[in-house]
Amino acid sequence: MDAPALRHGAMFDTNELELNMGPQHPSTHGVLRVVLRLDGEKVVDADVVIGYLHRGIEKLSENRNYTQIVLLTDRMDYVAAATNNVGYCETVEKLMAIEVPRRARYVRTIVCELQRIASHCLWVGTHAMDIGAMTVFLYAFRERELILDLFEELCGARLTYNSQRIGGLPLDIPPGWDRKVLAFVEVMTGKVEEYEALLTENRIWLERTKGVGVIEGPEAIALGLSGPPLRGSGVPRDIRKDEPYAAYDEMQFEVPLGKAGDTYDRYVVRMEEFRQSLRIIRQAAEGIPEGPVVGKVPRLIKPPAGETYHAIESPKGELGYFVVSDGKSTNPYRFRVRPPSFCNLQALRRLCRGHLVADVVALIGSLDVVLGEVDR
Amino acid sequence: MADDPRKPEDATPHDGDDPGPVAPAAPAAAAASTPPGEVAVPGAAAAPASPRPPVAPKPAAPPPAKPAGAVAARPPAAPKPAAEHPPKAAPPSGPAEPPPPADVPVPAFIARLQAAKPGAVTLVSYFVGDWTIVVPVDRLHEVAQHLRDAPEAAFDFCSDVTATDWPPRAAERFDVVYCLYSTTHRQRIRVKTRAGETTPVRSVTDLWPAANWLEREVFDMFGVNFTGHPDRRRILMPDDWQGHPQRKDYPLEGPGELLLENPQEWLKLKQTRDEADLE
Repeated sequence: MDAPALRHGAMFDTNELELNMGPQHPSTHGVLRVVLRLDGEKVVDADVVIGYLHRGIEKLSENRNYTQIVLLTDRMDYVAAATNNVGYCETVEKLMAIEVPRRARYVRTIVCELQRIASHCLWVGTHAMDIGAMTVFLYAFRERELILDLFEELCGARLTYNSQRIGGLPLDIPPGWDRKVLAFVEVMTGKVEEYEALLTENRIWLERTKGVGVIEGPEAIALGLSGPPLRGSGVPRDIRKDEPYAAYDEMQFEVPLGKAGDTYDRYVVRMEEFRQSLRIIRQAAEGIPEGPVVGKVPRLIKPPAGETYHAIESPKGELGYFVVSDGKSTNPYRFRVRPPSFCNLQALRRLCRGHLVADVVALIGSLDVVLGEVDR
Repeated sequence: MADDPRKPEDATPHDGDDPGPVAPAAPAAAAASTPPGEVAVPGAAAAPASPRPPVAPKPAAPPPAKPAGAVAARPPAAPKPAAEHPPKAAPPSGPAEPPPPADVPVPAFIARLQAAKPGAVTLVSYFVGDWTIVVPVDRLHEVAQHLRDAPEAAFDFCSDVTATDWPPRAAERFDVVYCLYSTTHRQRIRVKTRAGETTPVRSVTDLWPAANWLEREVFDMFGVNFTGHPDRRRILMPDDWQGHPQRKDYPLEGPGELLLENPQEWLKLKQTRDEADLE
């Protein structure tokens, strides 16, 4: 009896539409595929398909010795490769109870924070470009270049650094490097203001990010979010404070928190992290102690039988390594990475329900995933 | 592979180079003198041994005994060569799970868990600052629920789910490992359970939605049989993939580029190999 009523609608197809976004799509930041189920412009459901960049780094690592793995960890989160190195080396150091000299821990702190700034620069540039602000991209990459130059001087590479060794650093820092780092801090402090001037009060930016992808604190915890997406929901969790590693226990800094848990708050948290990172770098570079840069490391890295999980705060969130040693071999028996991007990306399905297709692009950007790390 | 020939002389520089400070975390007296009785679990000493006998073909290392030697300040060098030589090719049959030393108190939430769920914790282990509990696979879900909901535990953040493959244990070759974190008490714990290839492991996705993808990955990589999972598909490998790559018996090399460049040559090579295998 409702056939006549339907007649009008029958002219248009009111069925849900399935739309494939990616794997080759500029706004998916790599090879991410999202299968969207659309009702008009609204997203009803989204299936996130990953694995296009799976290289089996865990399996590879189980067949390499402990020293060789450092360089494989570079290939996971390749915009913050040195952070991966630090996390891995600290895990093996924890397993073998190696004490790392204070100077090495200070340099690691500087390296981690430089990486955080580099990673956030890339994030703010691409995220803004996804939403339509082209200028920020050019600005942010200009400053990222300065960081790459610093890394080139430190370890000779610009992307995959291989910058740490188990027990400390491969080499002492080049003379004058700490002064160059401080000069960079001076430059960068003003640049963060420039980014903020372009975005924070921008009406288009506010329209596109406020209230998009809201997630409350408890739900964010249950979903396993970590890093800026979790802090954007107001959960005060930062591994640098809660379980300090490197030299973070000697640094003064604050953990910026959001309130609403939307895309805008995640943006604000990361912008504030720029400033806190600069603050940490300044303290570490000014207070860098003299001394050796490598601890007492046996010539052959063969940890005692046992297993451990060690997590650090990477720019994306909780980066954890779970390493099992059988005590007999120079390869880890089991090598597992807890990739922050993987666990954060899981929330995309929940976040984009009920939003428009254009917001999906903003949400992928606001989670800040690196597919090299998601797929490993 | 490459370091096998070096093994004998490896032991010497290793011993010579790191004299004292390598293992400050493990007090010698405690680890050496501790039978697992200390742990205050009545069944702890017996339980870990009981699932193992049918399997363990290698006498390489019964876990409760080995760590005491490995972690303690290694009194004489005598046991070392004895342990090194025979199991040359033997795959290890289980992880080292050293009991907590006497001067490290067991956290309150583990004691409360043992009181609330008698028999659910078969082993408490402590190594370089990490606490691990082992639970039987059929009680995993209730233990997980207790750990999440009990106020003194409050493990609301499921940080990681992974697995370890120990093929010599045949009937329960996998250790499924849950790394939990509490955002209120800022504490961590690892919950382990042992499962075979077909043993149903109840999914914890209903407790922590975060476990959804993590369990999918464990299923994909190891073939652990999770039950009650809302979306049990492969996640990293293609949907039609055969086998589970992270298992220890998974081949490390495939056909290589020959298959792409010259399939017929590859097929011929494969057939001769298969025939050789048959003979």
